Amino acid sequence: MLLNQDLIREAGRVRRQLALTVGLGLGASLLAILQAWLLARVVNGVFLEGRELPGVWPWLMVLLGLIFLRAAFAWGVEVAGHRAAARIKYDLRRRLVAHLLALGPVPLKDEHTGELVNVLMAGVEDLEAYFASYLPRLALAALVPLAVLGFVFPLDLFSGLFLLGSAPLLPLFMFLIGGQAERLTRNQWETLGRLSGHFLDVLQGLTTLKIFGRSKAQVEVLARLSEDFRATTLAVLRVAFLSALVLELVATLGTALVAVSVGLRLLYGRLPFQEALFLLLLAPEFYLPLRLLGSQYHAGLAGVTAAARIFDLLSRPLPAGEESKVDSPARRDEVVAPFIGATRHPGRATAPPGDNRGVAGICRKEGIRSGRRSSPGEAGEGGRPAGEKSLPRRGLHIILEDVYYAYDQGNRSALQGLSLELRPGEKVALVGPSGSGKSTVAHLLLRFLEPDRGRITADGHPLDRVPPEEWRHQVAHVPQHPYLFSGTIADNILLGRPHASREEMVAAARLAGAHEFITALPQGYATPIGERGLRLSGGQARRLAIARAFLKEAPFLILDEATAGLDPATDQIIQAALERLLRGRTALIIAHRLSAAVRADRIVVLDSGRVIETGRHEELLARRGLYYRLITASRGAV
Amino acid sequence: MDPLTRQDTLPPPLSASPAARENAGPGGHRPGPRVSYSKFHPAGTFARLLGLITPAWQAVPGAIMLGSSTIASNIGLMATAAFLIASAALHPPAGKLMLAIVGVRFFGITRAVCRYLERYVNHSITLGILGRLRVAFYRTLEPLFPAGLPGYHSGDLLSRAVADVATLENFYLRVLNPPLVALAVAAGVFLFLASFGRTLALAWLGAFLAAGVIFPLGLTIAGRGVLRRQGEARAALNTALVDTVQGLADILAFDHGRGQQEYIATLDREYLRLQGRAAGLNGLAAALTGLAGNLALWAVLVLAIPLVNRGQIDGVYLAMLALTAAAALEAALPLPMLFPHLEGSLAAARRLFALSDARPAAGDPPSPVPRPRDFSLQVKGLRFRYGPGEPPALDGIDFTVPSGARIAIVGPSGAGKSTLVNLLLRFWDYEEGAIFLGGYDLKAYPPEELRRFIGVVAQPTHLFHTTIAENLLLARPDATREEMERAAREARLHEFIHGLPLGYDTLVGEEGLKLSGGQRQRLAIARALLKNAPILILDEATTGLDAVTEREVMDSIRHLMEGRTTLVITHRLAGLEDMDKILVLDKGRVVQQGRHAELLRQEGLYRHLWQLQQEALP
Repeated sequence: MLLNQDLIREAGRVRRQLALTVGLGLGASLLAILQAWLLARVVNGVFLEGRELPGVWPWLMVLLGLIFLRAAFAWGVEVAGHRAAARIKYDLRRRLVAHLLALGPVPLKDEHTGELVNVLMAGVEDLEAYFASYLPRLALAALVPLAVLGFVFPLDLFSGLFLLGSAPLLPLFMFLIGGQAERLTRNQWETLGRLSGHFLDVLQGLTTLKIFGRSKAQVEVLARLSEDFRATTLAVLRVAFLSALVLELVATLGTALVAVSVGLRLLYGRLPFQEALFLLLLAPEFYLPLRLLGSQYHAGLAGVTAAARIFDLLSRPLPAGEESKVDSPARRDEVVAPFIGATRHPGRATAPPGDNRGVAGICRKEGIRSGRRSSPGEAGEGGRPAGEKSLPRRGLHIILEDVYYAYDQGNRSALQGLSLELRPGEKVALVGPSGSGKSTVAHLLLRFLEPDRGRITADGHPLDRVPPEEWRHQVAHVPQHPYLFSGTIADNILLGRPHASREEMVAAARLAGAHEFITALPQGYATPIGERGLRLSGGQARRLAIARAFLKEAPFLILDEATAGLDPATDQIIQAALERLLRGRTALIIAHRLSAAVRADRIVVLDSGRVIETGRHEELLARRGLYYRLITASRGAV
Repeated sequence: MDPLTRQDTLPPPLSASPAARENAGPGGHRPGPRVSYSKFHPAGTFARLLGLITPAWQAVPGAIMLGSSTIASNIGLMATAAFLIASAALHPPAGKLMLAIVGVRFFGITRAVCRYLERYVNHSITLGILGRLRVAFYRTLEPLFPAGLPGYHSGDLLSRAVADVATLENFYLRVLNPPLVALAVAAGVFLFLASFGRTLALAWLGAFLAAGVIFPLGLTIAGRGVLRRQGEARAALNTALVDTVQGLADILAFDHGRGQQEYIATLDREYLRLQGRAAGLNGLAAALTGLAGNLALWAVLVLAIPLVNRGQIDGVYLAMLALTAAAALEAALPLPMLFPHLEGSLAAARRLFALSDARPAAGDPPSPVPRPRDFSLQVKGLRFRYGPGEPPALDGIDFTVPSGARIAIVGPSGAGKSTLVNLLLRFWDYEEGAIFLGGYDLKAYPPEELRRFIGVVAQPTHLFHTTIAENLLLARPDATREEMERAAREARLHEFIHGLPLGYDTLVGEEGLKLSGGQRQRLAIARALLKNAPILILDEATTGLDAVTEREVMDSIRHLMEGRTTLVITHRLAGLEDMDKILVLDKGRVVQQGRHAELLRQEGLYRHLWQLQQEALP
């Protein structure tokens, strides 16, 4: 039947629109029946009663009115159906985005961006036809034939019984042959998908083929594959089309048999002409909704397939701290309170975390997607209160105690009893072989993950009692590969603080050493970048990420050092900018370069999720432990 | 001659215009009718498209006939049934009705049978066209690749091309077939109705044209703006979703989650609003088609009644005429979708033709192919830029590689290293200066011949979605099993392959077994070993590998370099001690050259890069 629980639940949310769609559809069918009756009446009047045009004119005018009314209903069905589907699509897309944001980047690390976006875009769109067409047609396929029978039975018991008897054949064949044939066809289209994949594969590998001088030979391979495919597909289709053949045959033969039987009874005077003609016109109306349902089979199938992917994504378990937030937007003012003193944006803490309503529209020109800050509770918060600059520049005191974390439902251990203290204002470099747990520590401190065991505190407050987004106000993150959003350069810097003034934004860019290259661009800060804009070099992207961090003015900094080979001049600018950024902040530096480790107040060496040794560069070298080995190994590799 | 490259069906000034080519670039993907029509005349594109599918034409008349018969069967069913009932009402002897009864039953069966055959034939034709399109498109694309393809780097150009071919696959089914079927049916019905009265036929034709041509055209024009804006809204929403998925960490770290959510919701509302308007128009199209059918019935009825009254038409035909008029409108049903499909097909064709009209970047030389005296390389005053107005990628390069020598080319990204490789393989042709291979200008060798002399290990290695064996044998299809395994063994890949359940027959690539970076590189090395070419280019062959794997891969590479003229292109300064010479490239110029130890002693870019690398931590 192509129904599933999730989809029925969604349909329940728009039951009124769906009922309207079905109601209009049923209305249109009733009008069609009425039209058939009038037609029979008019023909009878002219043909047998010998009436002239004026005699049947009133009937004809009613008929004309019905025709227009029917068109209006048919239009209404489409519009109402779309409305219902649109509400579901909007709602689902919204929930999917919320869920992705709640999941965070770590569980989605191995997912293909294209596939995720595909679920949100095409997957959700596939539900359009399901809710707008398939479901209403399913209801109409049950209701309209019954309505037609309601007219047929009082007139002619035999035709009524005949139609009633033949009706189950349609769904029966649809699911007997149809199901089988669909499966065959679907497999075949998958093969077509693979063929198309092969085509893309060949095109993508064309450079390789050319280098080996094999590119010309592919012409024959492609031709042969296409021909093979055509032959096998046609063999399958020969069978697959049988279901449609049977459906059509039942409907047309059914109509034909009704016509012959009423014709014969009319001949022997057992049925008046007007009623016989009316019955003939009703027969196709009887089968029509069933056949239309058959033609919507693909829409139903696509909807169910898409739903599987959508609800699979929605059912991914959330990290511990995020669950309550998505399910029930609870206030957390009491646990937030300790941090208000350190926050530059106290107004935020009072806005209920789940309140998404009341945002009229987002003007991108005002700053990067400033929607969140334009909610009513924060209306007065546009500029920064005067006292904010006088924040104590000492940084947070962060302690990780005996922290455990494992990926893949506890199967892949990453941290095993890690303890680490970052004193206010201290710069700590994390060093260790790949897989030692450096990124896991950063992810925990960004609250993308919650520890399985152990405790993390900031200025004495347990982190797990603070909502993640509240905590993240305290953290500035400069990742190894910062992501640049589609928007202007200004938009991308303003992500650090959406309501910063232009002067503050430019000041941050200057501090990050980005101002010079930005002003050298023809459109300056208004230059569009990202997927559909200018492509920035690695060094330029990095400087924008640093500018973001400057603008944020958070007391705690997580810095993932970039390893990409920058040219010497850029490298110098970035090093200087980072030095400025580190001043007055507690910082965790994931070091990929010796110089960062040397400059840190303390180096913490990780191995297999534990702290192996800690100290300053010289101390660790003298100890000749893992740190020493790592450094000599990295040189030895060269 | 290949249909895709055939010029005779297209107005000459249009096909070669640079603007048309620009249309295929990354910025020109979205079909903008106003822009494109000025570049490619739609009629020209249409004719060329027709030419492309011409060989599939033999089956088309049959398909049209079956399509018309399907509709004619339904008309026949309703018309003979109405006639049967009307005749029966006059209570003739039963024998007089036999023909009508047989007719009703006959049409009840032929309808389904014709539909079945029609679908089958049409699919057969469509699949044939698809195959032809693929092959024709590949054939024209192949010589252009990669240099002749503007903006192919954006990657989606290829996916776009594949999607365009898929769009054209529907050209016959959705654009060509329906109007021909409609024409056949319309002609038949018109003549049938005209035999009863010309006014009937004309009224019916009016309704048919309204349903098939006037309403759809009007709605297409009315909906054009909405569709365009809907496309834009969709693109904006898609971009925001891509941003959300890819920038998830940054969004969350900057607590922009709710802002992003609101932004997406706003875009989605706008998209759905426009979609709603498009749905309204679509609904209108469906309603109007139905309306036209019923109006045809009504008009024929109203016009026929006086004729019946006057005895010009026997009353027994009245119901039959009305039902014929209504049922025949079925042929107009697919016509509204014709216009969007036509536009879509023309846009897709325009993009593909623009691609295939691009000129190969490296042409075949006219003179006989020279035999290289040895495998030395000489580069003299080489200058190259990718396009007019672009900064030079190579800005006067000179160096020599004696036969069998090893030379490394290093420098930061953007220095021009990959450009040099592209020129050496004749993917592009240089404008100024020259490269000599074995004493002859590179341009004297046909690209295919030239590439026989060169083995390449590049990054990333493209693995085709097929078996490991086939991926290896690409390098030398006639190699024996032993030769292939020897190459794999020398690349230190044999043990791994041998350990797989299917061994060399394991599927790899997109949907197959995922190979690690090191394994892929070793597969590339095995390919190069199998090819056994005298010149070897290692283009960032170990980039992105971890230190241990890098060392292992380098060991295999060292083996590969033996006795070959070798060019190592890298930005990692690893294993360069035994190079005969190192060229340091920066911004398209050679800024330093010498051996590793010499370069380290000099103050300069090489030492800086070396120091940066020295302090790298894992």
